[in-house]
Amino acid sequence: MLQVEGVIKSFDEFVAVKGATLSVGRGEIVAVIGPNGAGKTTLFNLITGLLKRDSGKILFKGEDISGLPSYEICKKGIARSFQIVNIFPRLTVLRNVQVAVLSQQGKSNALFRPAKSMVLDETKGILESVGLLDKSQSIAGALSHGDQKILEIAIALGNEPELLILDEPTAGMSPEETSATMELVKRLAKMRGLTILFCEHDMDIVFSIAQSIMVMHQGRTLLQGKPEEVRNNPFVQEAYLGVG
Amino acid sequence: MSLNLVVGHGGLFQFHHGVFYGVGAYTVALMLKKTSLPMWMGFVAGPLAAAIIGLIIGWFCVRLTRLYFGMLQISLGSLIWVIVFRWYSFTGGDDGIPGISMPAILSPPKNSYYFILIILVICLVLMYLILKSPFGSTLQAIRDNPQRCEAIGINVRRHQLIAIVIATFFAGVAGVLFVVLERSVFADLLFWVLSLEVFIMCLLGGWFTFAGPVLGAAIIVALRTFVGIFTEYWTLILGIMLILIIFFLPEGVMGYLQNVFKSQTRESRNGGRP
Repeated sequence: MLQVEGVIKSFDEFVAVKGATLSVGRGEIVAVIGPNGAGKTTLFNLITGLLKRDSGKILFKGEDISGLPSYEICKKGIARSFQIVNIFPRLTVLRNVQVAVLSQQGKSNALFRPAKSMVLDETKGILESVGLLDKSQSIAGALSHGDQKILEIAIALGNEPELLILDEPTAGMSPEETSATMELVKRLAKMRGLTILFCEHDMDIVFSIAQSIMVMHQGRTLLQGKPEEVRNNPFVQEAYLGVG
Repeated sequence: MSLNLVVGHGGLFQFHHGVFYGVGAYTVALMLKKTSLPMWMGFVAGPLAAAIIGLIIGWFCVRLTRLYFGMLQISLGSLIWVIVFRWYSFTGGDDGIPGISMPAILSPPKNSYYFILIILVICLVLMYLILKSPFGSTLQAIRDNPQRCEAIGINVRRHQLIAIVIATFFAGVAGVLFVVLERSVFADLLFWVLSLEVFIMCLLGGWFTFAGPVLGAAIIVALRTFVGIFTEYWTLILGIMLILIIFFLPEGVMGYLQNVFKSQTRESRNGGRP
């Protein structure tokens, strides 16, 4: 579904991504791992159009999407959550998701209809599926960090994506919240038939839910393969698994 | 009010809103004075002209962010002020255009008062509807987080530009009403000091509330009327009030009242940043 081929991105002198290659099949759960500064977030920003790549190809469903603005990429069916909480802090939880649903249905420009009652069913459905329905009238900025990270995912779901990109969905969460969140991600993927691309530092999580793992190191793709292959790779063992 | 649509709810630094007000006023004044077109056409043309200028200036400005947006707007707006100020043969320069005759229906002060009131109420209702519409919600989302809005499929620049056009249209309506009231126009309408004054009105009354700017305007007019009797330095008091408000009521008088009201009805929510 998503093909990234030899993508390069530099900021002034510093080359953040120097040759990333990634392949995500429909319905797969794919993880990207690598130490801090390996270029994972930059890669995600390139895929979602927040940054423009210097060279290389990004194909989504066979179509080259590199160079499109991020709102166009979103309309093609890619939604994302952010590593650092990136929500609408002054709006209610309900409104946070509703804005995304309205955008998805092309209703953002309706001028004289009250938004209050629009797309409520869809919005509430999403909030229910992530377990935030009882907090729907809270101001988003007042939620706990864990809930804000969940809201991140809920906003992304508002766009009814085919491919959901999660940038460290559990960053800053307690171990209990982390496992609950990953259960949620798994359940959502199944329920909505989502393809998921995520990155994560917790190796237990990665190896327990990912069907395919891509390893990045200093901006390069080292390898992508099934969890067993990656686990048996000598470099990965040395760098991440603390063996050998 | 129209300014607050973009500033408070759109998060745009619309520093030179007065220009659009002035453009609306001048358009209707020129049409009534120099052409024999029926007056309602002038009344329609005023807001339209303001919106067109808004579209042109806005088109440049949405490419910039925050303060840069505001500064570019001040310069482009001042350009229009200079044109009006210097072009004696067409706009009357600093003499303005005095003695615009109104049709008989609007001649008695009472009639023109009701006319203004009706138009004002219609505009307020329209703006309220816009604010509560999906467009308004999206605009507030952009204010909170433009980057995230891009990520959920919203063309932020286009949305902001539409907001500016709407706001400048309403500013143009206000300009028309000014002509109905004063029967004259002068170049100071487009000067940035006036823009600053309406900006302060929004700040005083409360950024994030719908009625805030009305309250802010009331405070300023009241200060000018009552304190102005005792001293011509009434702006000094305004300045002190503004400093106090920025420090102690960052959401403005109306925002403060709303928070107090809300915290009484349910548990208080987190205060926002100014």
